[in-house]
Amino acid sequence: MPITYKMTLPKQVRTMKTRSPITSAYLRGFVQGLPFTLVIFPFGLLFGVAATEAGLDILPVMGFSIFVIAGASQFTALHLMVEQAPVILILLTSLAVNLRMAMYSASLAPHLGKATRWQQALIAYFMVDQTYAMAINEYEARPKMTMSEKLAFYAGTSTVIPPFWYGSTLLGTQIGQTIPPEFALDFAIPITFLAMIAPALRTLAHVAAAAVSIIVALVFAFLPAGLGLLVAAGCAMVTGAQVELWQTRRKAAK
Amino acid sequence: MTGYSDIALWVIITALGVGTFFLRYSFLGLVGRKPLPERALRYLRYTPVAVLPGLVAPLVIWPEATEGALDPARILAAAVTVALGVWTKNTLISILGGFGMLYAGIFLLL
Repeated sequence: MPITYKMTLPKQVRTMKTRSPITSAYLRGFVQGLPFTLVIFPFGLLFGVAATEAGLDILPVMGFSIFVIAGASQFTALHLMVEQAPVILILLTSLAVNLRMAMYSASLAPHLGKATRWQQALIAYFMVDQTYAMAINEYEARPKMTMSEKLAFYAGTSTVIPPFWYGSTLLGTQIGQTIPPEFALDFAIPITFLAMIAPALRTLAHVAAAAVSIIVALVFAFLPAGLGLLVAAGCAMVTGAQVELWQTRRKAAK
Repeated sequence: MTGYSDIALWVIITALGVGTFFLRYSFLGLVGRKPLPERALRYLRYTPVAVLPGLVAPLVIWPEATEGALDPARILAAAVTVALGVWTKNTLISILGGFGMLYAGIFLLL
């Protein structure tokens, strides 16, 4: 009976039905990841260019993009290295930039916490802003997805995004030296960071945290490289959390 | 890279890679499926917006390329990048607009 029913369906619907849910979840992840390559590509290219301009050889540059795969922290580390900051400060500040990953991890845990250790390790390695954002949107939009479908979707996004990151970094190392100084690539880091932060300025708490970060960083700019930034980041995190708390309480009191 | 030995360089890369991996793995694998306390989440929410503006601010006000002198082209470019990002919520448009303003400032206007 189900077979005859299937035969009467239009061709398009038939192919959808015959494709396994796991395959279609993988393909959905793959297709949804494609537009993000437009963001990944220039960002990775800039990292390759900036790191090469700073004097790094191709191996360490690729080492950053392959072992760390976290653009903002890679740029942070690079910037602090140009400033000759001590190694420990480079690590502390760059890891602070990546603290948000722990939040991503916590938010994915209810969906993927039952995966095997090996799968979890792969999920962790490929967890970047884009794969996380796509996965959590998908899981929340389709609550009936099975674990295997969730994993397949994640694998789909991870097939697209990270290879573009490696490839664009590599291309950046090759074209780095050919770009003349008039093109002001020194300013690539500020522009990319501001472009990443600006869309996040959606609440008063975020704006207050950003403002405190800027002011404290400028006031403590005289401190040894990296130290002022660490102080600024600490003050700004407390500011953001306190403003949020104050707003929540005020709303509750109304 | 001047100032860092090959060993120091690879220590930075490896430690950053391993540290970042464990931040990503943390709640997924190590802590289990217990939800993170709201208190901790509240601080974590603000880390990017707490670190990156402070990193960028001195680079905008005292650019290395001009040896620390105020540069109108760079300040305008930064302002356009932020305005476009807040308005469109789109990182790519914001980057392109920022570079557009930077080059307009450097090559055409100033």
